[in-house]
Amino acid sequence: MVDKEGREIREPVSRREFLVKTATSMVLGAVTLGALSRTPAYAGDTAAVPAAGSDSRATAVKEWPVNGDWENRIRRLEQDLERALGKPVEQRKWGMVIDLRRCVGCRACTVACKAENHLPPGVVYRPVMEEERGTYPEVQRRFLPRPCMHCEKPPCVAVCPVKATYKRPDGIVAIDYNRCIGCRYCLAACPYGARSFDSGRFYTQDTPLLEPYESEPALEYGKQWPRQKGRSPIGNARKCTFCLHRLQAGQLPACVTTCLGGATCFGDLNDPRSMVREWLAREGLMRLKEELGTEPQVYYLT
Amino acid sequence: MKKISWIITIAALLVGAIGVYQYLVFGEQAAGYSSAVPWGLGVATYMLASGLSAGIYLLTSLVYICGVKELEPFRQVGLVAALSALLAALVAIGLDLGHLGRAWRIFISPNPHSPMAWMVWLYTIYFLLLILQLYFDSRGDSAPAPDAGTTEIPGDKRPGRYLAITGVLVALAFSGGLGALLGVVQARPYWSNPLLPVMFLVAALASGSALLIFVVAVVNPDQQDEETGRAINLLARIVVGLLVFYLLFELAEMLLGSYYLSPSHALPYQLILTGPNWWIFWVVHLVVGALIPVLLLVRGNITAKTAGWAGFLITLGFLGVRYNIVVPGLLAPPFTALPSAYSEPGLAYTYVPTLNEWLVVLFVLALGVFIFKLGIEYLPFSRRPDNAVTPPAHHVETGADLSRRYS
Repeated sequence: MVDKEGREIREPVSRREFLVKTATSMVLGAVTLGALSRTPAYAGDTAAVPAAGSDSRATAVKEWPVNGDWENRIRRLEQDLERALGKPVEQRKWGMVIDLRRCVGCRACTVACKAENHLPPGVVYRPVMEEERGTYPEVQRRFLPRPCMHCEKPPCVAVCPVKATYKRPDGIVAIDYNRCIGCRYCLAACPYGARSFDSGRFYTQDTPLLEPYESEPALEYGKQWPRQKGRSPIGNARKCTFCLHRLQAGQLPACVTTCLGGATCFGDLNDPRSMVREWLAREGLMRLKEELGTEPQVYYLT
Repeated sequence: MKKISWIITIAALLVGAIGVYQYLVFGEQAAGYSSAVPWGLGVATYMLASGLSAGIYLLTSLVYICGVKELEPFRQVGLVAALSALLAALVAIGLDLGHLGRAWRIFISPNPHSPMAWMVWLYTIYFLLLILQLYFDSRGDSAPAPDAGTTEIPGDKRPGRYLAITGVLVALAFSGGLGALLGVVQARPYWSNPLLPVMFLVAALASGSALLIFVVAVVNPDQQDEETGRAINLLARIVVGLLVFYLLFELAEMLLGSYYLSPSHALPYQLILTGPNWWIFWVVHLVVGALIPVLLLVRGNITAKTAGWAGFLITLGFLGVRYNIVVPGLLAPPFTALPSAYSEPGLAYTYVPTLNEWLVVLFVLALGVFIFKLGIEYLPFSRRPDNAVTPPAHHVETGADLSRRYS
């Protein structure tokens, strides 16, 4: 406000407003400082927020890079993908590394996969398992996404009576939807529970209109699969395909591009320059149920 | 009596057909199995029927293989029963498939590494053998030598004998193979048991011989009392022995199983012994399917009918046994955190058979009975000259009191 003489009239500021403004300016200041100095500014230095112990990472205010970490990583994975697609198919070996320290349990991958592949009720390719450790206040939640492991020695392929499920030369375990007889032996044989059976349900089946997002054909394996009664994929075993149809189009799997923590890394395990190979060399690498000898091609960093 | 049984069979077929119709219209949604628990009552029924077929066949082939004369009069009835049970088993598993219309692929492009593919091939060979044997039998090629005093094995030097020897090998292979089908699954510790093929073979023999008692005593075509008594006395001993043998296997398994700690190892045993369906093991299997019939069979003087119904109870009990092999093995989730990871219909690690599944099972069992009744009614078996109906003898030296009524 301005009075007749052009002087600013300073209205009394409430305590709450003062605190809000102060805190905001401090945070902004800290961010600016951080951005300028290109080193993380810690609470201890900036007093932006009450210190929760010396050097506590929880209170750190991180810089905001010019090109986000996440974006850089995706670009790098896309380049890796392009390089891999330039090779003959049998020279590629697709694999995935999931960094559990980066997974925040947001379920974006689960949902993106559901949407990408038009998955019906009762079919899920990449659920995220959750585990709570400890008791409050010393408590931790851990998340573990579980796609298909695309095993080197897949038990599902071994038991399929009609060779409907098979291992491709690029390492992907695929299902020939038009061969599958729906016996579900592979579901029983998969140690990871990674296979689902499409029993023909629709989310909107009891409503007046079957929504287009369900009736539109899925594009798995690079073909169109409209879900109609008596036709594949209804009555089939279904599973994660590493988004083969997207790979063929030069795109990363849906779960990779949607991962907001940048926890999922995908690429050609045969390419020494690829990011998956870099991640494979890190500490804390593990695979699920290693003792079964299935040799999964999905690795985890813990 | 005959009329009533026909009416019951056809009524059961029609009621069961409702379930089959529902299944064809609504698809797999009508069933209780799901992505999480992929097999259920349908597969258990298939395993029961398959085992019954193998068991009955192996028992009736003893006539050829070991020259067991007591069972000679019932060989053809046994063949018809084995064929009916096989067809019931194949219909049960056929209706359980997501795409029955593609089943022919198992013949065109089988995976030689898959036990399921072996099973289908063995069933096919077995089916052809049964048809051939029934054909030769109805032509009278394998009729026993008229002189019963000779030591010649009935049907010796006839095509039937070679068919039977081949058939026995095939029946042994597929009844054990069914155990292998589950046994090779490393992912399910409850199944992954090298003894499973042997257990399945014993289960097939025990349940098959039990059903054979029922067939011989209750539903066999006009047969002399003396023959029935002799056969039942032998079969009663065989079935009790086999059942006790199977229970011994089971005792060892349950005792050891109760020591396991890892969830996927221990949970199936907990579910079987103390889970919500504890009664399947304790009541259906142990009391109804073992204790009562064994007590009935070990008594000195029993009528053929009582023995027959004891056999029926054992057969029923084995449906519980099969169910408890198939389902609990699948109820243990691959990871303890998986069931809560994503909740949707079809992803819960629970299994309750739906009404639809029960109706399909009723259809399958009624179909087996129906085929059997047609077979014994219309197949032109070679009638033996001494097959004329004689007045019932009330006290036979065999110790069995046989006051059978002729319906």
